[in-house]
Amino acid sequence: MLRYALKRLISLLISLAVASVVIFAVIEVAPGDPASFMLGVNAQEDTLAALRAELGLDVSKAQRYFNWVGGMLVGDFGTSYTYRTPVSQMIADRLWVSLPLALYALTLSTLIAFPAGIYAAARRGKPGDLTVMGATQLGIAVPNFWFAMMLVLIFAINLRWFNAGGFAGWDQGLWTGLHSLTLPAIALALPQAAILARVMRSSLLDILGEDFMRTARAKGLSRRQALWRHGVRNALIPVLTIIGLQFSFLLAGSIIIEQVFYLPGLGRLVFQAISARDLIVVESVVMLLVFAVITVNFLVDLAYAAVDPRLRSRT
Amino acid sequence: MTNQMLKSFASALALGASVFATGALAKSDITIAMQLEPPHLDPTSAAAQAIDSVVYTNIFEGLTRFMGDGSVVPGLAESWEISEDGTVYTFKLHDGVTFHDGTTMDAEDVKFSLDRASAEDSANAQKALFAGIESVEVVDPLTVKVTLSEPDGNFLFNMAWGDAVIVSPDSIDNITTNPVGTGAYTFGNWVQGDSITLIRNPDYWGAQPALEAATFKFISDPTAAFAAMMAEDVDVFDNFPAPENLPQFEADPRFQVLVGSTEGETILSTNNKKPPFDDIRVRQALAHAIDRQAIIDGAMFGYGTPIGTHFAPHNPAYVDLTGNSAYDPEKAAKLLADAGYEEGFKTTLHLPPPSYARRGGEIIAAQLAEVGITAEIINVEWAQWLESVFKGKDYDLTVISHTEPMDIGIYARPDYYFQYDSLDAQTLMETLNATTDPEERKKLLGDMQRLISTDYVNGYLFQLPKLGIAKAGVQGLWMNAPTAAIDLTQISWSE
Repeated sequence: MLRYALKRLISLLISLAVASVVIFAVIEVAPGDPASFMLGVNAQEDTLAALRAELGLDVSKAQRYFNWVGGMLVGDFGTSYTYRTPVSQMIADRLWVSLPLALYALTLSTLIAFPAGIYAAARRGKPGDLTVMGATQLGIAVPNFWFAMMLVLIFAINLRWFNAGGFAGWDQGLWTGLHSLTLPAIALALPQAAILARVMRSSLLDILGEDFMRTARAKGLSRRQALWRHGVRNALIPVLTIIGLQFSFLLAGSIIIEQVFYLPGLGRLVFQAISARDLIVVESVVMLLVFAVITVNFLVDLAYAAVDPRLRSRT
Repeated sequence: MTNQMLKSFASALALGASVFATGALAKSDITIAMQLEPPHLDPTSAAAQAIDSVVYTNIFEGLTRFMGDGSVVPGLAESWEISEDGTVYTFKLHDGVTFHDGTTMDAEDVKFSLDRASAEDSANAQKALFAGIESVEVVDPLTVKVTLSEPDGNFLFNMAWGDAVIVSPDSIDNITTNPVGTGAYTFGNWVQGDSITLIRNPDYWGAQPALEAATFKFISDPTAAFAAMMAEDVDVFDNFPAPENLPQFEADPRFQVLVGSTEGETILSTNNKKPPFDDIRVRQALAHAIDRQAIIDGAMFGYGTPIGTHFAPHNPAYVDLTGNSAYDPEKAAKLLADAGYEEGFKTTLHLPPPSYARRGGEIIAAQLAEVGITAEIINVEWAQWLESVFKGKDYDLTVISHTEPMDIGIYARPDYYFQYDSLDAQTLMETLNATTDPEERKKLLGDMQRLISTDYVNGYLFQLPKLGIAKAGVQGLWMNAPTAAIDLTQISWSE
């Protein structure tokens, strides 16, 4: 087991190193000097040179790469070119919006998808199933930003139950915070719920055909009892995998929703940083997301191995 | 599932209703939306206009200041004397002015600020404003003497820019995140990515403004901007990003729409050194091939004033020269034929991200095609535009709004990206800079406008409008934008 873990760890480190090189190269290769972006069209050459020196842009690309990686190893993500504040602090601030939003959306999506998927599986081929499957088809097809605009139109502009966007900060109280994240969370959750409900249904249908389900019915359990006691629990494994994937998608992929609701989250930070050529912010946030995904995979690998000894010998 | 779904929906809705009930604000504060968030709050070390929008005249003040009509009036300097030869300015400062940290603002701070801006390692984005300053001398705590290397008729105007505000040496290290100025508002709080709050300064040296506090919110997405205004989440939108929605606000009694002018001359910049644009007949042909009104209608939904030269129409010195480049495709075709391009030619058109450029560029390309010029559109990001077009001068045509106030002087810089090298223009600007008499200056500015108009340096399109929206009860907003600013001191709610 230890040897296996060590192997996975080495492969994790190699992945991270490769990712850092790729991220740095891709972002640096795009044209555009951050200093001239910041100082605009009337800037003089000596002013630009002074700013470049201040930002640490006057050294070679290789040197900058090592400065960046070296800094990250000790937890220093550098200082944003445009905001002039430490990147780590900016990321931390933004995570306080993006993380709760992702969790909120994931909770909503699970709360919707589980009952919907189970209901549809239990009534396979009947009108109830067809209705749910039709609705999920629609949920997958409708772009979430359009859905977000409809929510704003109805609940913010007409009914005035919510603000059209913005986030006041958690220091205004938990309710205020959750309240301002509700519409974005619903907009994010519905397409995810649609996917999850379909996975839940098909996974459950697979299980329902298994021998142990027939045994359970033979022992005298009703359809419903068999479904709940043996079906759902066994159908959860693929569903949980999808939930895990959705979480990283929700964390990194809510750029458009954050833009529509002008939320100060990670996605909008990256969006702004890209257009402002704030390279260090873009690089660091992307690296952090890569790190999160790779680490989660690593932990999942370890968990699988712990559960299933065959995996250990195979690698 | 429907039950479950309805339940979670209902609970979300109930949550909404409970918070909604606590609304209703007293009208002593205001929420103002703008498109971009300032990167930081130091107006003296970046070009971002969003910085000035928040801090100019609110937090920081200069020796002089702009008013909403573009005039320059005394700021921290209550009066000044100009020496006979126009090179020495002696400023008398207001007595009893303090910075927000309680320290006194005096001549030493003025010297510090101006020296810092003109220093070798200065990070000032408009360093040229200070280039003429030879020395700054403290005469006594309330008197400061600025000596210029040569007379500069623009000096008082230059000192009104946000880049020339007076800062304190004591608080300079934290200016980007905790700005300390002399203005009527102090910095309150910044929720990065969301909003900045300013609070009224009870110790302000001037008249106390009406508003106790102001919150600036940052909304760049046009749809989100529309929603925020319609839902009345914000009271004012400084420069609304979606002109197509303005009629809807105009028809709604809850709102007022303020269509004004900015300092942004939107032009079809032309590389004057690159063939075939080095031939004045080709440039003139471009000018006549363009139908400005069609661009204003198509790209700006009818908002924007046509211009025939590089000068703001609201300026008293403006001369209407649109006649020099009236829409006349036949004349354009003939000029092209005279220049040897009967069959037209191929060229490129670089378009930066703003919608006036992207939408306007499409229309221009179509209009050029009418006279046989095939312009290939190349969309670029800002950073790329600055790098290749502005610095590299590697372009044929581009559409851009020049938003700096009174920037006709760029036509006297042969190395500027237009690459317009005219001795006439250079001499004219030199004379202008050495002239302080207002009438004489006005005449010279007129001459300069005529010169670049008849030299067809660039295609002159329209003055970029300022499209403000506010709730009906808001008073005192700037209609025009002589500089990027949201002057809170003038704003109040009507009863």
